[in-house]
Amino acid sequence: MTITTPVASSTSTAPTAPTAPWDDLVAAALLGTERRTPPVVPRPGQDVPSALLDAAALSTVRRRAGLRPAPARPGPDRAPEDPRPALPAAARSRLALLLADRSAPGRGGSRSAPDLAELLPQWLALANHHSYRVPDALLPALLDAARARTDLRAEALTLGGPRALWLARLNPDWKFALRGTAGRASASLPEPPGAATAPDEEQRLWGEGLFAERVSLLAAARHRDPAAGLALLSGTWSTERAEDRLMFLDSLRDDLSPSDEPFLEQSLSDRSRNVRATAAELLSALPDSALAARMAERSRGCVSLTADEPTADGLTAKGSTGDGLTGKGPTGDGLTGEGPTGDGLTADGLTAKGPTGYGLTDKRPTGDGPTPKGPTGDGLTPKGPTGDGLTADELAASERTPRIAVRPPDECDSGMQRDGVVPKPPSGRGERSWWLGQLVEATPLDRWTEWFGGRGPAEIVALPVADGWQADLHAAWCRAAVRQRSAEWCRALLGTPAVAPVTAGEAAPAAWRDPAKLLSALPARERAEWVAEFIASHGLSDAFRLLGVCAVPWAEPLGRAVVDALDIARDAGSYPWSFSGVMGLAERCLDPTQADRLEVLTAIPDEREGAAPGAGGYWAEAFQRLVGTLRLREAMRAELDPS
Amino acid sequence: MGARTVADMNPQGERWTAEQVLALAPDATSRTAGGKLAAAGKWSGAGAHGRAVWGLCSGSGSKPYQTVVDLNGPGYRCSCPSRKFPCKHALGLLLLWTSGEGGVPAGGEPPEWAGQWLGDRRERAEKLAAGARDGGPGPGGGTGDGAGKGGSGAAADPEAARRRAERRTQRIAAGATELERRLADLLRDGLASADRAGYGAWDETAARMIDAQAPGLEARVRELTAIPSSGPGWPARLLEECALAHLLNQGFLHLDGLPEKLAATTRTRVGLTTPVAELLATEGTVRDRWLVLGRQDGTDGRLTTRRIWLRGERTHRMALLLSFSAPGQSPELALPVGLVLDADLAYYPAARPLRAAIGPRHEGAAEAAPPVAPPAAEGCEVPGAPEGCDVETALAAYGAALGEDPWLDGWPVVLTDVVPVPGDDGWQLADERSGSALPVDPRCAWRTDLWQLMAISGGGPVTVFGECGHRGFSPITTWDPTAVSLIGTAAQGGTR
Repeated sequence: MTITTPVASSTSTAPTAPTAPWDDLVAAALLGTERRTPPVVPRPGQDVPSALLDAAALSTVRRRAGLRPAPARPGPDRAPEDPRPALPAAARSRLALLLADRSAPGRGGSRSAPDLAELLPQWLALANHHSYRVPDALLPALLDAARARTDLRAEALTLGGPRALWLARLNPDWKFALRGTAGRASASLPEPPGAATAPDEEQRLWGEGLFAERVSLLAAARHRDPAAGLALLSGTWSTERAEDRLMFLDSLRDDLSPSDEPFLEQSLSDRSRNVRATAAELLSALPDSALAARMAERSRGCVSLTADEPTADGLTAKGSTGDGLTGKGPTGDGLTGEGPTGDGLTADGLTAKGPTGYGLTDKRPTGDGPTPKGPTGDGLTPKGPTGDGLTADELAASERTPRIAVRPPDECDSGMQRDGVVPKPPSGRGERSWWLGQLVEATPLDRWTEWFGGRGPAEIVALPVADGWQADLHAAWCRAAVRQRSAEWCRALLGTPAVAPVTAGEAAPAAWRDPAKLLSALPARERAEWVAEFIASHGLSDAFRLLGVCAVPWAEPLGRAVVDALDIARDAGSYPWSFSGVMGLAERCLDPTQADRLEVLTAIPDEREGAAPGAGGYWAEAFQRLVGTLRLREAMRAELDPS
Repeated sequence: MGARTVADMNPQGERWTAEQVLALAPDATSRTAGGKLAAAGKWSGAGAHGRAVWGLCSGSGSKPYQTVVDLNGPGYRCSCPSRKFPCKHALGLLLLWTSGEGGVPAGGEPPEWAGQWLGDRRERAEKLAAGARDGGPGPGGGTGDGAGKGGSGAAADPEAARRRAERRTQRIAAGATELERRLADLLRDGLASADRAGYGAWDETAARMIDAQAPGLEARVRELTAIPSSGPGWPARLLEECALAHLLNQGFLHLDGLPEKLAATTRTRVGLTTPVAELLATEGTVRDRWLVLGRQDGTDGRLTTRRIWLRGERTHRMALLLSFSAPGQSPELALPVGLVLDADLAYYPAARPLRAAIGPRHEGAAEAAPPVAPPAAEGCEVPGAPEGCDVETALAAYGAALGEDPWLDGWPVVLTDVVPVPGDDGWQLADERSGSALPVDPRCAWRTDLWQLMAISGGGPVTVFGECGHRGFSPITTWDPTAVSLIGTAAQGGTR
């Protein structure tokens, strides 16, 4: 029987047959009527088992007919209200479709059909942009999707809103929703759910809430009033766990302001090393902070402009003692002979070795940058060896133009460490260039203009750097430019797309750059233009990462450049899957209004001589899919448009 | 596209939602594939008129597939080789149609290839409705009614039909007698032996019931075999089911002594069914505006059974439509949940009539009926949840039904204002006002759509349609406030 309680099942008196207790019937049935006589009286001519079955049937039906409700257990609390508007009907169906596609993966459809799973992130972002709330009925599917794909979590939980968290608390399968951050949380919503809460309620939720709730609350509070948010955080700071402190600290990043400095400065003495490092990083993004000033001071001692000493090069060219730039010149002497070869080898080393994972640069020089051979020699006497390495022309040029001289720090003292400099370099890197990089990276960029005679970023970047320190210095500047969101510096460091490196393998001096990162600090339009020009010059093979940082939908002339490049690739006779990465991006990122223009490409062209066999058909298929996806995206967008 | 066009296209104001269309899909793969085909670019020559939708879909071959859907039923035809039913093309076409973006323009006459099929279909339906001698596989047509099925030959020779029916009754009686012996043996040796004996012995008995042309008995035997492995308390459950099987055997063996209606119930339970055509011709029909309350597909491995529950607006009567198909196909009868249709139903004769066959639908009548007046493109779904009863009344309804049909496992009810409560020992639907609750049928505990119900409730009261039975309540539909079908994944149950 079920949990429902039968009412006086066996005790009630039936008017007809004598009733036997149900348990006795079961006992007899279980053991067998041979072994135990059931409490029944067979009719004349009836055997005992049949009589038992008769009685059991009567009892069963009677008990079933008399079932009573069970006492109700206490239910869960009500889900919090979600004032956001419901999805339009068409958008709701669309989401159901997208989520259904996720649960039936595999490209069952033809190659020319859109990949719905790839559109889900975009759909979620768009729906969140309009501040919709997910239909309750789709919440479980949405949570399942977010559980399986971490890249969906932030947007999915934003769309799910408070009810998603409420539901996740009831089902262990969705624990992730409570554990992780609520992503952008409600910060981006015009009317964040948390905003309406009274200060008392906010304080209570902050004190007792789940981690995800607290993160989202903090983000909302910070967004509304940075100081109030910070006050919330500092109130409980000392009692938070280290990993929570790290997450909370990190969430200050979005609305960072100078008023956060005292708190961050204090966090430089935190017990946790990661918290300290994050605090230092945040402080260095505040150009007026004391930390930035300290770092700038250190940098200034390491990097200087040697504008007015053109003769020094000539004098030291043949390996005489390095001059007064270094205090520790003497050891340099003996090593200068090796200088030129050392430099040569270094140049090779830059390209021969693969990228390390460090920092911003993909093609980071491994080894110790300029000091692979003689850390003391080369590093200490920057002027000495370079002369040998330069050609006559360069030498002549260097006599006329000022150059940047670099002298990396000798040690990583406790002050530097407190300011977030990590003393131990990753393997394969010299520690002094490692320290230098961190100092320059945390130095406010406008100081360089100040120190270098009022030169703008473009001029500074164009300055020659002595002793092969250019890679280190420029790499650090790149990181600083990205961190400080300096469009001017990013632009200067990027240079023009036409001369940008095609492959990282060549042109070692340029290997320190990561154009994708630098681009991300530029305004969207400029980004699109730069990448468009890059593609026009170099084609698509190296464009994938660059395209990845461009704003969606791609602004013109970028969209056109990509389509043209694809068209060129087709005409060149290659197969479309060589470009599947870019093709996939184009499906997701091209402006849907391009669909009409692309329609002509979906026709299967005549097979031309020299083309790869069947390529025309495959290209047509790929373009069909592209057009289909664009149309679908347009439909998705229209469905979500509230007007 | 305005409301006017919608009305033109759908005399009944029946514009389906995408969910309703997707609910027709036989499986998730079809759903996905159909969704991908719901793009205007895929279709040419598409159109809709009256209750028909058609179009040409370019496939992998040179010749496009011809796809046509008759919304009556609905019925589908497609020239593609897929064995799925409906195929992805039909689904894609319907989805495109529901989107209302002009991919399927309204008006215009169907092309010849579509028109012919539609014409044939309509003709068949009319014949069926008229109770013509050739019934054909109409909607709601049952299987398992082998020899009892009235073909044209039977109508021509009623004497032969009578003889056939008599022979079948004798065979079933023989089967029932054998099952009685088997049950008596079991009780004599003790149920404990059922646990040890395993499946072999019972499989043989089940096979004998097939020989006896008694699918109802066979299904019961198969259920018996599963009980010993169903967890604690199985002896009591096994005794219950043995007793009910015994009751059925005895009922059939003493049919003459039973009241007419109970005899009909007994015959149905054993597996004898009335052919649809005969039913519609001989039984009185009930006309009403029927609200589709729920839909559930189940498979026993050989057959997919679709149950569709209806409730009359005027009569408040519940009705259950059954349709069947081979595995992997979707049964033809596919009324979307939330739809209201004006139609004649013929109930199968029973002490507690529930199962029915659907007769002719009255097109255009909906407009004359009290306006449900949905905004355009929302279809003719009834806005808001239907009225229902509380927990106590639901159990009472089951109890009352049981008094007339002791073999009922559950009775369809709409519960109002219940709160789903998850728990380690199963779910409940709790009534906060009275403090009483219905446990959810433990066999539903694994169903993920209970979480859907939870999400919709938000911890507050909801309306739930489902079957209330001795195992508890199995939810089928809820409202948010449009109908949400909770059965997406149920794979349980054979014929009941």
